[in-house]
Amino acid sequence: MKDLRFNSVFDIIGPVMVGPSSSHTAGAARIGKVVRSIFGEEPEKITIDLYESFAKTYRGHGTDVAIVGGLLGMKPDNDRLSDSLKIAYDKGIKVAFVPKSDKVDHPNTTKITMTKGDHSLTVTGVSIGGGNIQISEINGFKISLSMGTPTYITIQQDVAGMIAQVTDIFYDRDINIGTMTVTRESKGEKSIMIIEVDDRKDHEEILKQLKEIKNIENTTFFE
Amino acid sequence: MFYTVKDLIEQSHDYPSIADLMITVESENTGRDKDKIRSLMECNLEAMEKSVKEGIKGVKSVTGLTGGDAKRMDQYIDDGDFLSGKPILEAVRNAIAVNEVNAKMGLICATPTAGSAGVLAGVLMAVRDRLKMTKDEQVDFLFVAGAFGLAIANNSSIAGAEGGCQAEVGSASAMAAAALVCAKGGTAEQAGYAIAITLQNMMGLICDPVAGLVEVPCVKRNALGSSQAMISADMALAGIKSVIPVDEVVDAMRRVGQQMPSIFKETAEGGVATTPTALKLKKEIFGE
Repeated sequence: MKDLRFNSVFDIIGPVMVGPSSSHTAGAARIGKVVRSIFGEEPEKITIDLYESFAKTYRGHGTDVAIVGGLLGMKPDNDRLSDSLKIAYDKGIKVAFVPKSDKVDHPNTTKITMTKGDHSLTVTGVSIGGGNIQISEINGFKISLSMGTPTYITIQQDVAGMIAQVTDIFYDRDINIGTMTVTRESKGEKSIMIIEVDDRKDHEEILKQLKEIKNIENTTFFE
Repeated sequence: MFYTVKDLIEQSHDYPSIADLMITVESENTGRDKDKIRSLMECNLEAMEKSVKEGIKGVKSVTGLTGGDAKRMDQYIDDGDFLSGKPILEAVRNAIAVNEVNAKMGLICATPTAGSAGVLAGVLMAVRDRLKMTKDEQVDFLFVAGAFGLAIANNSSIAGAEGGCQAEVGSASAMAAAALVCAKGGTAEQAGYAIAITLQNMMGLICDPVAGLVEVPCVKRNALGSSQAMISADMALAGIKSVIPVDEVVDAMRRVGQQMPSIFKETAEGGVATTPTALKLKKEIFGE
């Protein structure tokens, strides 16, 4: 098969999303949703740094509203997305937007910091067009997560044996792991696993199995 | 998989319909089963229906730049005293409705993009009762449009930042025209001519959004794009052919997109985006 830019009819008809822009709204909401999944709980405080095109046009395109909607756990097609700032305010979540003038690699970049008590996480996300995104940094650790492939994210206690238990589940189902990122806040605290796999099959059952593992606090699947 | 419009037309002769070919290819490419693929498309159809209905009731964008025109158009159609035909005016009204909903951060289905979401939903909702289309036939309509859209996207572009508005509203109108031809009982070849006719007239259309917002002139370009899809489909159904083969037209659009200066590609640095009024509005909205 030739290497085509578009392979699916749903690249053309879809996604269903809250307007007005696939890159500045749908992509921004997806970044927020992924960051929330990695954080694993509702934050008390959010700081959103915006770069270049995001910094210049975020209000007009609803990028601010979309990122916060995502951080509240909403998908790009959630029709409550446009009320996200109010919802965050009502929940008592402190939100700050900081337009930055620094040069970055891609025009649509945001760096999000979430805090709850002592728990804190900083993630950098990029909206690369058509609602597609990349995660480029977690807690200062450079990664390249396309989110275009089936991806599992787990949050767990930083104790021995977690990786083996998780990877066994994929091995048992004959699912190949393409890339895997493991990082943590500090020794013995919470750790994060991001697992990109080659096959979306059985994802509901796998999520259930992952949740049953002792010390895993939260798991999410992205397609 | 098909790579060009010609491939698509030729391969479709081995299937009951273009929609069947598209669903088979989708299943091969993604590993999803065919029923799941159909049900995903049904969700898209439902989102389109809702956005049209919502827009006609009357909405207003976040900035106040757009909104209320779908409602105006609806009243005008109801009054019954108009120049062109009712189906076209309904398509125009529906397209405005979808893009007004998009501008107010409502829920839409991108076809192929959010900024050009009005055209396909607009024409489908305008013809489905007249053509007595079942729900399955409406879902097929979207697969047909998506199939032709894929062939355009893979040989040209569907992003305003890459190819200007011709790539967005132009592609949307072309794939809508092709789907209309098929829904009316025309041949795959006629659908190809409808695309060629549409893209030749849309060629060179720039993307020049006022204040960088997906509002002006985007909403009205969707309106007129939907009317053009209807006319191109009627022309092709009348037996009018395109002198230039459709894939050569698609490639010409790609070349024009590449040659187009970046000030006309979604940067808001040219066209109506730099008129005195547009610059004044930008200052009012963003205060800078």
